[in-house]
Amino acid sequence: MGWAIALHGGAGDIPFSLSSERKAPREEALRQCLNLGVEALKANGPALDVVELVGWLLELGVVAVGVVMSSAREGGGGNVTGQLRKVGTQVCDGAAVWLISSIQVRELENNRYFNAGTGSVLTSNGTVEMEACIMDGKTKKCGAVSGLSTVVNAISLARLVMDKTPHIYLAFDGAEVFAREQGVETVNAGHFITQENIERLKQAKEANRVQIDYTQPFPKESTTPNVDSQLGTVGCVAVDTQGNLATATSTGGLVNKMLGRIGDTPIIGAGTYANRLCAVSATGKGEAIMRATVARDVAALMEYKGLSLKDAAKYVIEECTPRGTAGLVAVSGSGEITMPFNTTGMFRACATEDGHSEIAIWTSD
Amino acid sequence: MGGWAIAVHGGAGVDPNLSPERQEEAKRLLTRCLEIGINALRFKSLSAVDVVEIVVRELESDPLFNSGRGSALTAKGTVEMEASIMDGPKRRCGAVSGVSTVKNPISLARLVMDKSPHSYLAFGGAEEFARQQGVEVVENEYFITEENLEMLKLAKQANAILFDYRIPTAVPSLETCSASAGATPLTDTPLQLMNGLPISVYAPETVGCVVVDSEGRCAGGTSTGGLMNKMSGRIGDSPLIGAGTYACNICSVSCTGEGEAIIRGTLARDVAAVMEYKGLKLQEAVDWVVNNRLDGGQAGMIAVSSEGEVAYGFNSNAMFRGCATEDGFMEVGIWESN
Repeated sequence: MGWAIALHGGAGDIPFSLSSERKAPREEALRQCLNLGVEALKANGPALDVVELVGWLLELGVVAVGVVMSSAREGGGGNVTGQLRKVGTQVCDGAAVWLISSIQVRELENNRYFNAGTGSVLTSNGTVEMEACIMDGKTKKCGAVSGLSTVVNAISLARLVMDKTPHIYLAFDGAEVFAREQGVETVNAGHFITQENIERLKQAKEANRVQIDYTQPFPKESTTPNVDSQLGTVGCVAVDTQGNLATATSTGGLVNKMLGRIGDTPIIGAGTYANRLCAVSATGKGEAIMRATVARDVAALMEYKGLSLKDAAKYVIEECTPRGTAGLVAVSGSGEITMPFNTTGMFRACATEDGHSEIAIWTSD
Repeated sequence: MGGWAIAVHGGAGVDPNLSPERQEEAKRLLTRCLEIGINALRFKSLSAVDVVEIVVRELESDPLFNSGRGSALTAKGTVEMEASIMDGPKRRCGAVSGVSTVKNPISLARLVMDKSPHSYLAFGGAEEFARQQGVEVVENEYFITEENLEMLKLAKQANAILFDYRIPTAVPSLETCSASAGATPLTDTPLQLMNGLPISVYAPETVGCVVVDSEGRCAGGTSTGGLMNKMSGRIGDSPLIGAGTYACNICSVSCTGEGEAIIRGTLARDVAAVMEYKGLKLQEAVDWVVNNRLDGGQAGMIAVSSEGEVAYGFNSNAMFRGCATEDGFMEVGIWESN
């Protein structure tokens, strides 16, 4: 029993040869997000707020990665400290204070640093289209958005759809209009486009393939530009001290995807699902996850067949989706965690109230 | 057991005062669509997914129901259609949303499934794909009917989300509209509510079809214009695999009703899940899901199984539906007891 949290930064063909200078910031990023979530849960933050907060930080580009690797950007970056304080205090002052003191926020602010949308991968047109989803296990209320190109925090917009409209899902122009009506932070679409992803798109076009975030470039050239990922699809699941569950997932989708392509992330039951038994966030190849209704099936196996969280998740990942297409993080109402994947690796982290915690990329032993 | 079976629907939740003429018109359309499907199954041996597509195309082309021509209008007075189709054997699927010029959204969804590396395309991207594929496109005005323009006005007056309500003649005022349609005035209480509105101004007419062919392959499809006066960009349950549509080896399902409740309850998937994981038979599964997964929401569904069974269920007051099986059974209905 007790609280538990798990989060992911995407599953895929993450090369074992990932250099330590690329690995360290990502692990640090996962650690930062995990710690934020843990502090929030310890302070009795509700699961729904916790997944939104952690998701928000994951989307924000995982600050640590930016500190180490990014270049300063011009204009419209937004006040990072202010945002953190505002979002953090909605959950609990403790978390906000901790976070602000533990990262080099001043430096970020002075550089007008901005690295958001997690360096979302690009459509075949070279544009960004982000989508996200959030679901509250207790009430099964949910919110989803697709086709965002200027909104900084897609998960928070999804939450607003859930809380402030009679609808569940808004997309494209309608979602962008709603974002402005709600006064959420928006930037120029160009902010989300990073050099790495422009390169990745070029490669994908050359290979005429659609890739998940981490696919290795087809072993053609020796001079492979870096193809390991920034955090692409991200997700967080949590159960709070009251036993309530929640989940949130956010993504830029597949490299070189067709304009207007929607993946599994915003589809309730596919990439995201929570009820009173469990909360699930999936990542991988959207089409496979959608067809297998991955997130819903984990819960359905628990409910209808009485499987444990671990067995249900294992079954879905091993039997219902092809190798190399999916991974997920899930927690149960009783505080269990599972993080199976059938890809080479999955950036992930978890922690439970009884003190267990883990940050990993590939299979642990 | 075995043999082909087909079911169609034209929406769950019907104005109890719907005029007899409209009821007959609806039944005739449902019958015609069933016959198209039966013909294809019996004489042309088309596969389940092909039959689903041609039947839904027929429903989309007729302005009577809320899909294709005759779709409900967004708050801006435009039409944004969505549809999904799923082929049971390999669970391949295709879906579209935010389609505004494609004459038959279900066919575009099929092309997404067959001709693209993806499963779901929306808005500008869907329209662009449509042009690349050379499907028939028309001006958005083609889909807009006088009736629905009037409906939109009413909905705005009522300042509420409205499921589609068919008013026969274009009369601007709220009271006279209702009166001429023979409907109970809005002021009538207590009313059955659907999605927060009095049932007298609600009649969602999403369309759908499920088929199992003589090889035991199941397929399903759903198509709609969505909610009257919806926010532009709003996506409902119809294009969402697992919510409005689902098909696998053992069954296929198409749902209609309060979209948000259907999404939250992952209704279509759950019918298959309780069959698969709890061993329920088709009708039991449909009944169980309708009774247990809607949490106060109102909806209905049609379903077929790989064994040639057909079933439907709804917790709304009514659902436009029709079904037929290879042994000659055929039925079209609206109310509980037809």
